[in-house]
Amino acid sequence: MSATAVKPKTESFVSTTNACKLCKPLGATLVFKGIEGGVPYLHGSQGCATYMRRYIISHFREPMDIASSSLGEKQAIYGGGPNLKKGLLTVMDKYEAGMIGVATTCLTETIGDDVPGILKEFRKEFSDLDMAPVVNVATPSFSGTHMEGFTAAVRAVVDQLATGHAATKAVNCFPGFVSCEDIRHLKDVFDGFGLSATILPDYSETLDGPAVDEYEKITSGGTPVADIKAMGGAPASFEFGATLSDPGEAATAGGLLQSRFGVALHRLGLPIGLRQSDEFFKSLEAVSCMPTPRRHALERGRLLDAFVDGHKYVSQKRCVIYGEEDLIVGLTSFMAEIGVVPVLVAGGGKSGRLEKAVHAACEGLVPEMPEVADGVDFYDIADRARELAPDFFLGHSKGYRLARELSIPLIRVGFPIHDRFGGQRVRHLCYLGAQELLDRVVNAMIEKKQTDSDIGYGYI
Amino acid sequence: MSDIIFEERKDQIHVTGEGPFKLACNRDSLAGAVSQRACVFCGSRVVLYPIADALHLVHGPIGCAAYTWDIRGALSSGPELHRLSFSTDLQEKDVIFGGEKKLEAALTELIDRHEPKAAFVYSTCIVGIIGDDLAAVCKKVSAQKGIPVIPVQSEGFKGNKREGYLAACKAMFTLMGTGDTSDIPPISLNILGDFNLAGEIWIIREYFERMGIRVVANITGDGRVGDIAKAHGAALNVVQCSGSTMDLAKMMRETYGTPSVKVSYFGIEDMAEALYTVARFFKGLDPDMLARTQALVKEELAVLYPKLARFRQDLEGKKAAIYVGGAFKAFSLIKAFRHLGMSVVIAGSQTGTPEDYEELASICDPGTIIVDDANPLELSAFLKEKDVDIFVGGVKERPIAYKLGVGFCDHNHERKEALEGFVGMYNFALEVHRTVMSPVWRFVPRRAGKTLAAGISDLPKECSI
Ligand code: SF4
Ligand code: SF4
Repeated sequence: MSATAVKPKTESFVSTTNACKLCKPLGATLVFKGIEGGVPYLHGSQGCATYMRRYIISHFREPMDIASSSLGEKQAIYGGGPNLKKGLLTVMDKYEAGMIGVATTCLTETIGDDVPGILKEFRKEFSDLDMAPVVNVATPSFSGTHMEGFTAAVRAVVDQLATGHAATKAVNCFPGFVSCEDIRHLKDVFDGFGLSATILPDYSETLDGPAVDEYEKITSGGTPVADIKAMGGAPASFEFGATLSDPGEAATAGGLLQSRFGVALHRLGLPIGLRQSDEFFKSLEAVSCMPTPRRHALERGRLLDAFVDGHKYVSQKRCVIYGEEDLIVGLTSFMAEIGVVPVLVAGGGKSGRLEKAVHAACEGLVPEMPEVADGVDFYDIADRARELAPDFFLGHSKGYRLARELSIPLIRVGFPIHDRFGGQRVRHLCYLGAQELLDRVVNAMIEKKQTDSDIGYGYI
Repeated sequence: MSDIIFEERKDQIHVTGEGPFKLACNRDSLAGAVSQRACVFCGSRVVLYPIADALHLVHGPIGCAAYTWDIRGALSSGPELHRLSFSTDLQEKDVIFGGEKKLEAALTELIDRHEPKAAFVYSTCIVGIIGDDLAAVCKKVSAQKGIPVIPVQSEGFKGNKREGYLAACKAMFTLMGTGDTSDIPPISLNILGDFNLAGEIWIIREYFERMGIRVVANITGDGRVGDIAKAHGAALNVVQCSGSTMDLAKMMRETYGTPSVKVSYFGIEDMAEALYTVARFFKGLDPDMLARTQALVKEELAVLYPKLARFRQDLEGKKAAIYVGGAFKAFSLIKAFRHLGMSVVIAGSQTGTPEDYEELASICDPGTIIVDDANPLELSAFLKEKDVDIFVGGVKERPIAYKLGVGFCDHNHERKEALEGFVGMYNFALEVHRTVMSPVWRFVPRRAGKTLAAGISDLPKECSI
């Protein structure tokens, strides 16, 4: 970190103002929502589930049912086991779930409910029932953010469901927390290489579904459980995330499949921008033994053409990038490619790997390494941003107040986007995603110039 | 619809006219049934958070504070401290060793930074379990900083929103009686139970001011600590019947003898009645007030009625469903819909009391579904069964309506349109009209049927090429 970097959280700096992160179970519920027939279930008191539903609905504008054990005072004292079992039966009864994903909350982690133990008992007690698989993950928010909850849930699903019995042709893809549009695009890309891919999670339909005839208890779509079971027999896994911990059984889904079943792992940064997308397409060529289809080659060509056409509008513009660590590394890499100078890259998480990843992404492209700050909130970000005087922000909608204060554009990416329409349809990935982001950045700069101008530019 | 209703919840649903009225409520939500309810913390947060010059610190892990960051409008005409989200962001070591030290340090730090007039400290579930002594920390910091630092006992699991309301009222009550009341005139009142979500308190205050009344404290929309501290000097508490501040009015009556009246600012009758009730109260002190109020109402209605008539032409005979937080709002909404020629066929709330529901049932048409603490499955089944044209609810209800191709009006904490007062009735009608009359419903599958052949068997038998 450079000398003027954001004040790190020290003993004397304890409160959080406007967090740049969310809590762990939220990430887990999104993963469970991305499984076919999946019902997310929070073991805890009612409020957490309701708050998360509300938060997620505001972004996706889709139903997001999260069941809860609805623990009250008594259960908080004597343990939540009976309510958990009761709740599971209720869900099985009415929702006809294909899978139930149980995540713990701070409350149940603190009172020490042994969820795996309770589930074992439950399975024994009701062994006569034709039961949907129940997957569980521990997600105490006092140790980690929603992204860690997300990664942990993906891993838990694979850990508890995947087998290596039979070899399959489908490759695995663990994209991380990307948009619905991103997932759809990934499917297309795999398709173009003649690969069928099991993408986990896949909420591209469940959280961005069509208008329907009948209200569906569980929205259709999602990764089929059978495909998850088969993941151990896949020829390869793609796992995105520049700040994920090193692959290995303990860390991530891809690592687990590699060490347990020998599935070859391609660990890549999120394919955002030119170079990261190139990496992805190169590994796709390697896995499929097929050249990149012409349409993607053309997308790449058009992107490069647009790099050139747009470069003067963005060159040396200074930007602040904030949000989830993997996402901001990808965005930083992209901005550096087009000549934007990322002056601050800030995240609420604390993986400890952010700075290295950001530096790697910027190497050789920027005049000076950006400041990198992890474990920060919007108070910290605001503090630095006021001094750094950026030209624009790149991040989710929670930076709105600050952008307004500094009267600079905020280009909304990632999650949550609460104050705009279509957040779930923002494409970030691959050449097309880069193209769309580039257009938005360039246009934001042009619009700013027009707005600030006394004479009103027509042709620019 | 019956296959959708949980056995355990059958007695929380009633159809008016089908047997004697009986409805179970005020129960814990059924485990596993996706309740629309939140928690105690949520209840106290909604009530207290609009106090704009206070610091609102959530003591707990990050989620509880993050999810409530500025999610509700609650506009302020001055300071905006309430729109920030402060948390102690408890970490594992705090959970093991206790979070009191961190809380104290966080409070000190934030009070120094923002110089608030008071601080509210909310406890969350986890704090209830690890047993931090909130009161002791607050007392200590209060003594050091010379401002009220007030613990709000709002552990989420200790009940539902209603308990949170009570916790909030208790917290506010500790502020009261500390301010100077010498400049408060005898014709004065406090506004309780309104949160200024879309600038609505400004509308209501203006009415009262036109009537010649001084408003002492807004509790809590556009609220100020100093005003609440002297609210006991007002002659009357006007309580909007959301139930959220009823406890405060009760405490004030017991301690300061302040009388209170219950009102609602939604809809025409209720809004007018609210003003008349207040005017009647001050009749002895100002004999002309009632006449002035009547003139005010007349003036407003002269503008409003012709506009409503235009909407009514289109809306006559359409059906509405209501699912709101508190039951009181439902009463006003039913009346408001009648002005538009519409009938309410489903009415429910998250936290109604037996008395609320009884009253609700008595003003509803026969065949209306009355429901307590519903969930998406039930709500969607009801909407379909009754084939409604509009659903009134909050953000969590919106996708249920939209998925089914039904219009929607946000009547909850997140709304951005002022729906109170006479102008609010107009805004409401406008919104209802916009959504109900939108052409989009003609195209949604549930209304239009399937129109594309994709994957469907109604392709022509023989193709022309
Ligand atoms: S208690 Fe924990 S799980 Fe629940 S909302 Fe708060 S941080 Fe999230
Ligand atoms: S942890 Fe408790 S207080 Fe916080 S949101 Fe969940 S139920 Fe409410």
